[in-house]
Amino acid sequence: MKTLEIPTFECETGNYHTFCPISCVAWLYQKIEDSFFLVVGTKTRGYFLQNALGVMIFAEPRYAMAESEEGDISAQLNDQKELKRICLQIKNDRNPSVIIWIGTCTTEIIKMDLEGIAPKLEKQLGIPIVVARANGLDYAFTQGEDTVSAATTHRCPEYISCATNQQIEGEIESVAIGAAPNKKFFSQKGKLGKCSLVLFGSSPSSVASQLNLESKRQSISVSGWLPSQKYTELPALGQGVCVCGVNPFLSRTATTSMRRRKCQLVGAPFPIGPDGTRAWIEKICSVFDVKPDGLEERENQIWKNLKDYLGVVTGKSVFFMGDNLLEISIARFSIRCGMIVYEIGIPYMDRRYQAAELLLLQETCAKMETPMPRIVEKPDNYSQVQRMHELRPDLAITGMAHANPLEARDIDTKWSVEFTFAQIHGFTNARDALELVTRPLRRKNSSVLGCHSLSRQTVES
Amino acid sequence: MKLAYWMYAGPAHIGTLRVASSFRNVHAIMHAPLGDDHFNVMRSMSERERDFTPVTASVVDRHVLARGSQEKVINNISRKDEEQRPDLIVSTPTCTSSISQEDLQNFVDRASLSSESDAIPADVNYYRVNELQAADRTLEQIIRHYLDRARKQGTLDRSVTDVPSANIIGIFTSGFHNQHDCRESKRLLGESGISVSQVIPEGASLKYLKDLPRAWFNAVPYREVGLMTATFSEKEYGMPYTSISPMGISNTADFIAQIGKLVNVWASVLSERRLNYRLYVENQTKFVSQAAWFSKSIDCQNLAGKEAAISGDATHAASITKILVREMGIRVGCAGTYCKHDAERFNEQVQGLCDEVIVTEDHTEVGDTIARIEPSAIFGTQMERHIGKRIDIPCGVISSPVHIQNSPPGYRPFPGYEGTNQIADLIYNSFNLGMEDHSPDVFGGHDTKEISTKSLSTDRKDINWTPEAESESNRIPGFVRGRTKKNTEVFAKQNDIPEITADVMYAAKERSSP
Repeated sequence: MKTLEIPTFECETGNYHTFCPISCVAWLYQKIEDSFFLVVGTKTRGYFLQNALGVMIFAEPRYAMAESEEGDISAQLNDQKELKRICLQIKNDRNPSVIIWIGTCTTEIIKMDLEGIAPKLEKQLGIPIVVARANGLDYAFTQGEDTVSAATTHRCPEYISCATNQQIEGEIESVAIGAAPNKKFFSQKGKLGKCSLVLFGSSPSSVASQLNLESKRQSISVSGWLPSQKYTELPALGQGVCVCGVNPFLSRTATTSMRRRKCQLVGAPFPIGPDGTRAWIEKICSVFDVKPDGLEERENQIWKNLKDYLGVVTGKSVFFMGDNLLEISIARFSIRCGMIVYEIGIPYMDRRYQAAELLLLQETCAKMETPMPRIVEKPDNYSQVQRMHELRPDLAITGMAHANPLEARDIDTKWSVEFTFAQIHGFTNARDALELVTRPLRRKNSSVLGCHSLSRQTVES
Repeated sequence: MKLAYWMYAGPAHIGTLRVASSFRNVHAIMHAPLGDDHFNVMRSMSERERDFTPVTASVVDRHVLARGSQEKVINNISRKDEEQRPDLIVSTPTCTSSISQEDLQNFVDRASLSSESDAIPADVNYYRVNELQAADRTLEQIIRHYLDRARKQGTLDRSVTDVPSANIIGIFTSGFHNQHDCRESKRLLGESGISVSQVIPEGASLKYLKDLPRAWFNAVPYREVGLMTATFSEKEYGMPYTSISPMGISNTADFIAQIGKLVNVWASVLSERRLNYRLYVENQTKFVSQAAWFSKSIDCQNLAGKEAAISGDATHAASITKILVREMGIRVGCAGTYCKHDAERFNEQVQGLCDEVIVTEDHTEVGDTIARIEPSAIFGTQMERHIGKRIDIPCGVISSPVHIQNSPPGYRPFPGYEGTNQIADLIYNSFNLGMEDHSPDVFGGHDTKEISTKSLSTDRKDINWTPEAESESNRIPGFVRGRTKKNTEVFAKQNDIPEITADVMYAAKERSSP
């Protein structure tokens, strides 16, 4: 095997634009059908959510703000009493199975003891209260989901470990059935019953069943997802459970399930793009001692179906400004598609949790004979824009704050948040992922406008 | 604590940022945690702004909490000073810096020792004022800063211009139709023989601010933002102002009468000539504005006696109420505003024009009132539009908060005579149109037969969907479900698959290229 180029990591100032991690309520309240998300904080958070969620806000979402007022900040009001009043109101109005408190910067700064208050109120109200501190002091955007998932990990039922005894295997299955969102997959028994597989990362239910199907093809059944479709259906965790992440931003969840729930973590690349999906399944198979069957043909078939899109992207250069932690996986997929990646900006890089993904990135670079892109942690948006002016990439994957200004300067952009909301996992959705990447490039091909820079600033100066 | 789902007016720092980023070459540095720079997204998206929003965050993280921002804010100010050489840097407090009680004034003082840009901290209390009040305050603060400085330096020119002139105060970024309103207001003043000397803050340069007092008077088209600046200029520099919003025919006439008065104070001194606008108003009302004729025309008879509900900011809600009642003969069941700080004046404005007045920041209260009244049309914000959708009542959007569709590229002013035309269109189109209103009721609706199928695939007999696949397909978003099902069936036929399982569905998706 030839030597691989080792990735280099740089770290900048952290002056970059991203969403506040509380935005995770936007997709999590839809994923966990019986939940209610209560964001404890000031008007700033509420205003952000209402603008970021756009139209969703009008659909009677199961989330709300507990808006801190001056009396809360100066402790003239009692936090516990206030929260009790509000949670009672929520219980009466919506009757959720769980209330998830999202702690914000405000609660951090005034040191509101949410973790301390929650168990007390939980007893008084008779409704589970999960506390996730998804604040902008510590986390970026998708890491919000990580904090929620990590907090939920503690609430999963205990897995009844029964080792290898064939007779008891049936019981294990039945435990898994009770916890699984998609019961249908358990009618068939997997070859290996000694270890149960739980996947973590919130995905739309159709993506979840696609990934379930993929592993079923290899005779490995998925016994549950974290988070599950309903809070009451959380999967069982414990010794003898293998957990595997489907998203690159879930390092806390991985750590918590390993350290606190004694699960075994399967460190695999993430199932984004056909290459990632194949590597992901292969890794799971290797843990379960299963010989992967027909994966190579399947991957090739998918690549064949992507031919028209690959024609659009091959040889094009791309610059990731970085804001949602999916960057490494998408960059790896883009390189495999024949693109040249100049820079991968990323808010936070967990080199242990993403180890397998980084290795696959290295291998992909070697295979495609492209240089290893620079990975910039905590990027500085201003410097990035300067670099972009020099590099002139064909495509910039960036947040909305920069998208229109860059377009006006004749740099094509793809809005990065779409990767968070679109279905990009698994073989089936590889096309959708590429659809996103190619959209600005395809639009350019059909554009007839002659004017290049439409910015006002450059015209003046 | 307050349980809240939605707010009409944003937090204070948004107001400060809107004002700061509207000036030319002014940069705002907010003191906030990661992710609080969402203002940049709003400006870039809903205003379709081409240039980078001149707002950066001095990010508050754990280190800052532990030891205070100290050097960080100062470094960020100096860095911005070197990179972009702004004329002014506005240090903006947020809820975070309010709680951590950072001394922004001190940071700014220290930073301005080394930087060439001016720097001031926005004097805004996060917990006591909302977006609009903060914008009003920040605008006054910046103007005061530069006028006072000019006065101290002796560069302030207080001689009034030779020809009648006015400043327009309160046009700024993310304001509801502000760009169009500005153009129309300029036209309105121009046609009245008044030159517009400056528009602030939108596109204004700080170096010209010292000439503000040279204008004969100030015009403040929106009550929410600009009044503080206008009263300050009146007190300190003796500049009169008008705060009548020229929206609707009678308001526009009032506005012109008012500026006539203001102009004639100087005109009689300077040129011994009095200006008379009577003929101008009459001509415009009769011929340029179609609204007067429109409401007289037979078409508009259908609207007589219909009921409407109104909600929005104080300026727009009051103006639209007046137009509906006085100019179009429509009954207003309730008129409301979320500008609680301006409640008194709002009450006064709509007194006697509507059955009830609601002043609230709670959208559920507005929604409940509308549902109770059951008007034929609603005029409000995006929130009321969605309330209307839910209870099946049409709604015209007349005020922020709004979505991107209310930043139209086309010319859609609210003030002035062209504004009256636009408003007439908006109102007329919001009600169900005359015949359409009658016919379905009389004939029992357009489609009396039940529609037999909405499915796009008609021949489903030979292909069998397993229950599992059926339930899987129900998870596909409604708007693509039909197409996906059809594609799947075509795929199944081509491959001689008798039964569609979830597997087949996904296989079809993998193969299909649009």
